Amino acid sequence: MITKYIFYFLSVLVIFSAMMVVFSKNPVHSVLYLIVTFFGIAGHYFLLNAQFLAAVHIIVYAGAIMVLFLYVIMMLNLNKEAEPHKPVWVKFAAVIAGGLLMITLVGSLRGAETMMKVNPANEQIGLVENLGKALFGPFLLPFEISSVLFLAAMVGAVMLSKKEIH
Amino acid sequence: MIMNNVINGVPLNYYILLSACIFTIGVLGVLFRRNAIIIFMCVELMLNAVNLLLVAFSRYLSDSSGQVFVFFIMAVAAAEVAVGLAILTMIYRNTKSTDIDMLDKLKW
Repeated sequence: MITKYIFYFLSVLVIFSAMMVVFSKNPVHSVLYLIVTFFGIAGHYFLLNAQFLAAVHIIVYAGAIMVLFLYVIMMLNLNKEAEPHKPVWVKFAAVIAGGLLMITLVGSLRGAETMMKVNPANEQIGLVENLGKALFGPFLLPFEISSVLFLAAMVGAVMLSKKEIH
Repeated sequence: MIMNNVINGVPLNYYILLSACIFTIGVLGVLFRRNAIIIFMCVELMLNAVNLLLVAFSRYLSDSSGQVFVFFIMAVAAAEVAVGLAILTMIYRNTKSTDIDMLDKLKW
C-alpha cells in the first residue's frame, strides 16, 4: 500500500531532520530543520486522519513558534558558529545516556503489543466535528483554564522583556 | 476493510518506535548542546514526540480524548516558548551570551 511507503518516507525525513537540528552548527539551520521536522509530523497527522490537528500543528508550530525562534536568533545575532562546544567526554556521556534511554524505551515495548487491544473502527475521530464535541463537552473546564494560562504567559512575557524602572 | 490493529499497513508499534526515536533525539540535544535556543528547540522536539504518540493512540483506540490532550499540549508549548524566549532575551541582555554554562550561579 502506498500509505505504508509514505509513512516510511515521513519517518526517515523526521528522524533525519531532528538529528540535523541537534548537530548543525548554525542555529538558523537548526530552526529550518526543525520546520522540516514539524511538517513531517504534520504529514503523520494527516496519515492518521487527524486533519484538524495537522492544520493546527502547522499554524501553531511552523507559523508562530518558529517565527518567534527565528526572530530571537536574528535579534540576538546568533547566526554564526561562535558557540563554544562542550568537552568531548560530556558529548560522549550524552550519546551514551541517549542510547541507554532509547534501549530502555524500545525494550519496554517488547511484549506490549499483546497487551494492547486496539480498535481503529471509527475513522472520523480526528475530524473537527468530533473534536469540537469532545473539547466543548467533557473538556470545557480545561479549555477555559488554558485561556487563563495564555493570559498569564502574555503578562509574564511582557513583564520580563520590559526595561526595569529605576 | 479494516485489518486488526493495523491502519494503512502500519502497526501501532511503529509509531511508538518513531516517537521513542524523536524523544531520544530531543534528550540527546538537551544534553549535547550549550546554546539555550537549541535546547529550547530540543524540548519542542520532545513535546512533539509525545504529541505524535497521543495522536497515534487516539486513532488506534478510536478515542478523541488523546487529540484534545494534544491540543492542550500545543497551547502549553506556545506559552512556554513565549515566556522562555523572553527569559532568554533578558539573560542575553545581562550576560551577552546564550551559553547555558555561564548560568551556574544557582549551582552548589
